[in-house]
Amino acid sequence: MSGCHGDAPRAGLLPNPSIPPPRSAVDRPIIVAIVGPPNSGKSTLFNRLTGLRQKVANFPGVTVEHRMGKAKLKGHQEVFLVDLPGVYSLHPRAEDEQVTHDVLTGERADFPKPDAVILILDVTNLGRNLVLAAPILSLGLPTQVLLNMADDLTARGGKVDVAALSAELDSPVALISAAKGTGIDRIQQFLLGTAARLNAPAARIELPVLQDLPKCRQWAANLGVRASYRAPAPPLWTRRLDAVFLHPVGGPLVFAAVVIAVFQSIFSWAQPIMNGLQQAVASSGQWLNTVLPDSPWRSLLVDGIWSGVGSVVVFLPQILLLFLFIGILEDSGYLARAALIADRTMAKFGLQGKSFIPLLSAYACAVPAIMATRVIENKRDRMATIMISPLMTCSARLPIYTLLIAAFVPNIPIIGGFLSLPAAVMLGLYILGFLTAIAVARLLKSSILKSSGSSFVLEMPPYRWPTLQSLGLRLLDRAKVFLRRVGTVILVVAIGLWVLAHLPYSHGKAPDLEQSFAGMTGKAIEPLIKPLGFNWKIGIGLITSLAAREVIVGTLGTIYGIQGDEQSKGLQAAIHQDLSTAGAVALLVFFAFAMQCFSTLAVVKRETGGWRWPLFQFSYMLALAYSGSWLAFHATRYFLG
Amino acid sequence: MIPPTAKNRDIPLHYNRLTGKQTYLILKRSDIVDVMATAQRTLADLRTGQRCILDRLDLPESVARRLMELGFLPGNEVIPGRRAPGGGPRVFQVDGSEVALRADTAARLYIRRDPESDLIVLS
Repeated sequence: MSGCHGDAPRAGLLPNPSIPPPRSAVDRPIIVAIVGPPNSGKSTLFNRLTGLRQKVANFPGVTVEHRMGKAKLKGHQEVFLVDLPGVYSLHPRAEDEQVTHDVLTGERADFPKPDAVILILDVTNLGRNLVLAAPILSLGLPTQVLLNMADDLTARGGKVDVAALSAELDSPVALISAAKGTGIDRIQQFLLGTAARLNAPAARIELPVLQDLPKCRQWAANLGVRASYRAPAPPLWTRRLDAVFLHPVGGPLVFAAVVIAVFQSIFSWAQPIMNGLQQAVASSGQWLNTVLPDSPWRSLLVDGIWSGVGSVVVFLPQILLLFLFIGILEDSGYLARAALIADRTMAKFGLQGKSFIPLLSAYACAVPAIMATRVIENKRDRMATIMISPLMTCSARLPIYTLLIAAFVPNIPIIGGFLSLPAAVMLGLYILGFLTAIAVARLLKSSILKSSGSSFVLEMPPYRWPTLQSLGLRLLDRAKVFLRRVGTVILVVAIGLWVLAHLPYSHGKAPDLEQSFAGMTGKAIEPLIKPLGFNWKIGIGLITSLAAREVIVGTLGTIYGIQGDEQSKGLQAAIHQDLSTAGAVALLVFFAFAMQCFSTLAVVKRETGGWRWPLFQFSYMLALAYSGSWLAFHATRYFLG
Repeated sequence: MIPPTAKNRDIPLHYNRLTGKQTYLILKRSDIVDVMATAQRTLADLRTGQRCILDRLDLPESVARRLMELGFLPGNEVIPGRRAPGGGPRVFQVDGSEVALRADTAARLYIRRDPESDLIVLS
């Protein structure tokens, strides 16, 4: 989830900003591929060696695309590392495995064949992991075998003779812990020596017939025996925790408790910080107004930029809190259990448990979620998952949800004080998104995306403690993405809007907002949105939010800033003038359903190979948003009298 | 094991040499199904913690291959573990790791007959 908005598509459209030139001369840069089974720690190692921040988490299938980075080494030797999606063999079944297969065999047109391979294996289950060594060694490339999670192996009483295994495989072998950073110097030595090894003969050992899996497994088992491998004791804590999390009664209860806790804390813990930030933005705006001389520039700075950008920045704590929770769920390994619990429900709607992991990551952002659908083998299942991903409540919806809920929903405790009403409404919106998503999936799966029953096979990762460092880095990256976005899209929209709100000049002064270009645009679409309970100011916000959802908050901030309401009353109070309660409910529903995210459309276009699917997605979601908010508006008005 | 053909439905239980009379046990259809179940069971029939040896995978080639890569190889030991609440997929311990399968997939993984459970008990 490292890349929401703009970030992931950038990584996608230009997958490798640092692609070296095609290899011709002797001094070409060297490319080393990192290969291994899913969840064996490839990306963790990649991050450690390159200093980059590939997304890592504790479940199989996190990496779905190749990513290149320059290794940080002591000499002048340039070595580039390629992080690849995890594979069990070189027989690809899903899109992500195809990437690994194509890169390793040199079948990818846009990527040179690697010069050497780092094969990383989970040493706590060496027997099964070693099976992958057969196809990798048969590539005939210099190979360094890394036995990862060495700390786990010793802690649980296992052992392995590295020298013996190295002799058996005729390749260097090292025990490492990518997460803790032990044994990394050995890898750096290997990387430094790659150039010398390029023309060396490949490992000369007898490999089993790759098609014959039982033979391969037997071969791996024999290797284990000759390397005096002793498997570690079963992970006791994983069994104990599963006894709770997968308990027929306890499991769903824990699941519900986790979800409620997340929403309650997003709403109540972040609220004081948010209010403080809001205060700071408002009072600093007023202060700027007093110290700066009265001029159009002051108005642009204070009313346009400060109100617009400031009103979005205040949501940073909430978004970070959401990402902290998602990070803990992902790094601990609970996510895989959640997928297991959800599989039955998903199956009823024609999807499978594997769709659940992308859908869960869509709670952060739909862009990486759509990329993550590559792990789904069945093409039609994958398409259905892509189509519904943007209906999951992404973090870009948090600002407008929070703003409207805080402005319109009274803060009273419900269900015995476990949950407050605002938090419950927020939870309700998340549930609305989820239920709509699976209902749409059902429709798609029974009409245009029919397919025969698909299977669900998921390897359960052991539970691990999320490390403070990993969580900290996630939040830091997240904050950077958010602030970069505020500094680009929202800033540009704020300036553009301010300019449009001050034109056309007549008699040497700016027009009223209503007569400005911005106001006229809003007025032009007002007849369309009036039935939903929105006026022309909200209309301007709906137009600007086509770029991205959170832009509406910045836009409203700028509009009220220009009108002089923001500083005096604050955004929450100002919005009360423009929306009835029914209109607010309708606006919430509109944002729950509408596809207002250009980054998502771009990534859907790339993943589906054309404009057909993104256009379909945009239209069905717009239709859903319009009819849904019309219904919500009239229903609320009817009930509230 | 008794093949479920019409011929074998009647099993001679006792032959009286003096009278030449044979006593038959007439099997009902449901009994035959029981016998079949005892003959070749699948992973779906096992209780939690009941160890077994995998015999064969009756699945499309590509799915079978993936399962074999995950450790579901004929001859390997499989131990059924926890089931997701509400009859969801079940976790199986196999070849050093834990893999979750849906019940319909598990029902296509046949296990080897345990000689002791081969006794056919008729009621």
